[in-house]
Amino acid sequence: MSARPSQLPRWIEIGLLPILNVLLALMVAGLILWTIGADPFDAIVILVKGAFGSGYAWGYTLYYATSFIFTGLAVAVAFHAGLFNIGGEGQAVLGGLGAGAMALAFDDILPAPVLVPLAILASAVFGAAWAIVPAYLQAYRGSHIVITTIMFNFLASSLMVFLLVDVFRDPGQMSTQSRTFTEAATLPEMATVFSWVGIKIPSTPLNLSLVWALICCVLVTVFIWRSRLGYEIRATGLSPRAAIYAGIKPAHVTLIAMAISGALAGSVGVNEILGVQHRLLLEFVAGAGFTGIAVALMGRNHPFGIVLASILFGALYQGGAEIAFEIPTITREMIITIQGLIILFSGALAYMNRPWVERLYLRLTASPVTEAPVHG
Amino acid sequence: MDDILISTLAATLRMATPLILCAMAGLFSERSGVIDIGLEGKMLAGAFAAATVAAETGSPYLALLAGIIVAILLSLIHGFACITHRGDQVVSGVAINITAVGLTVVLGHAWYGRGGNTPDLSPEQRFMPITLPGADALRDVPVIGLVYANIISGHSLITYAAMLLVPLVWFLLYRTRFGLRLRAVGEAPAVVDTAGISVVRLRYSSVMVAGLLCGVAGTFLSISQNATFQKEMTAGRGFIALAAMIFGKWRPWPAFFACLLFGFLDAIAIRLQGVSLPGIGHVPVPFIQALPYIFTVVLLAGFIGKAVAPKALGLPYIKER
Repeated sequence: MSARPSQLPRWIEIGLLPILNVLLALMVAGLILWTIGADPFDAIVILVKGAFGSGYAWGYTLYYATSFIFTGLAVAVAFHAGLFNIGGEGQAVLGGLGAGAMALAFDDILPAPVLVPLAILASAVFGAAWAIVPAYLQAYRGSHIVITTIMFNFLASSLMVFLLVDVFRDPGQMSTQSRTFTEAATLPEMATVFSWVGIKIPSTPLNLSLVWALICCVLVTVFIWRSRLGYEIRATGLSPRAAIYAGIKPAHVTLIAMAISGALAGSVGVNEILGVQHRLLLEFVAGAGFTGIAVALMGRNHPFGIVLASILFGALYQGGAEIAFEIPTITREMIITIQGLIILFSGALAYMNRPWVERLYLRLTASPVTEAPVHG
Repeated sequence: MDDILISTLAATLRMATPLILCAMAGLFSERSGVIDIGLEGKMLAGAFAAATVAAETGSPYLALLAGIIVAILLSLIHGFACITHRGDQVVSGVAINITAVGLTVVLGHAWYGRGGNTPDLSPEQRFMPITLPGADALRDVPVIGLVYANIISGHSLITYAAMLLVPLVWFLLYRTRFGLRLRAVGEAPAVVDTAGISVVRLRYSSVMVAGLLCGVAGTFLSISQNATFQKEMTAGRGFIALAAMIFGKWRPWPAFFACLLFGFLDAIAIRLQGVSLPGIGHVPVPFIQALPYIFTVVLLAGFIGKAVAPKALGLPYIKER
């Protein structure tokens, strides 16, 4: 995807074109609904109501969005360095493992104000460690990061199965999960936090992780656009060769970008394990790593865009659950389909609409009254 | 002990069948310079289409055709994105995988209301094991008869097709004009273009061949090995096949042996469940299942020889103007 010299103003480039792509994806989704005999417009009404219709709905929407902010940021940071981190899923598993192991080890020794930050740190460190191995292999041994991160996703789930069956399993339980953590290792629900200041909101899985996710957004923005390392990351992403001439070491940048990416993906464990489940279990990531790809593509790799895209996907998840409940022919997997379509249209086919939009724009602006093209 | 060995070897061929088909599919696509992360999705969609058509028409052959058509359609979307619009090939593959996971369940549930599963198929609607000629007569002959009757005989048509496919792919790639051009377009598309051969057409045709093979692989899973489609039934086999293809360094025979190895690991993993080995003790099954992935990472890191990908892999071709 070589960047062509653009004749289009910024609002078309970063506003109209992405929206067009998402609309196309949603249109195809609508067609699918129509083929299986469901009314797409009914579905939209249920979806919007289910996702935003009450405080309870908002709580769930934002709870899903929290995980997507983490994985979306993770994919975006790697993207800025020219790396496609497809391993968010595995890094998130490891993040949860880090947080969970910390909690299981110390939850009856340490008080919450000490343990929770430690567990958050552990999730970041574990996620980063899982991302650094593929990064190192790409930087110094020439293996392709896309393939290795895919392999690492599978390795992470195998590792988790092994650990939960043979190490962490609660002996009193049949299912593969650990014992429940004590109070000291849990992030409080937002409902609890709000009740401290006397505001009553419905109890949902939404927890303090959202605040941590938003802090991460600010940190990533400052890091990518205001720091020296962030500059090196962007320079490497735009042109690794030029970056070398500028005295930047791409191998070094690969390691740092992937470590940060992995740490962010690992934070899904904070939201799920410390915030909601309060025990270690299988498949708590539930595809958030892949949703992160769609979120980053939609959000154009900018934290602000990522927050908006995460809320949209959070709404799709929460509203999608309502649709599945109300319309029996539609299952929750419709959300996964939409996710795939959005990745297709805003990622792989990102420039499909550009030629005709450009022609249309030039024709509209080139009318002799407003501005005649200068011929020399 | 012999019984266990023989049944494990027979199971190896069964487990390896979809891997071989997908690995050869990936080989075609990637040798032409188009990354194919979407093997998994195409196989899954093919499996669903085959199971649905088998249930509706009762004919396994129509089912096979449907599986192939659907997988080729997905290939065309991939080609449209990567070849025509020069989109990111990895992103396109990921999109195909995710869409296939979602769409198969959505359609399956809407049509049959069984949580994504398709109706159970009767033996007439499936590709069943075939007893090769003379297998029963030779059964009691030591070694040769035993091997022939119990390991080589008794597989489905698709398994035999997969075995024959490997020399065919080798011949096509290394002994025909099409193969020469295909390999050339993955290494130096500009040169092929200069010679007056259409890069776009070559890449589209190889991507479509990949779709065809993924469709066959999917058909094997849903209507030969199993008698129904279940959600996410490919269970990462597309990625194992990708691993096998890389492990085989983008060459048909080594890729085939990698598939056999991975199939063998699969067959062993099933048998080792809950078994304690003498001297080693309890082997964690997740560890054996993870071996293909570990092998691939180690190979890619260059510790057991360097795997060199086609030079133009992943690069969209832009004709000079």
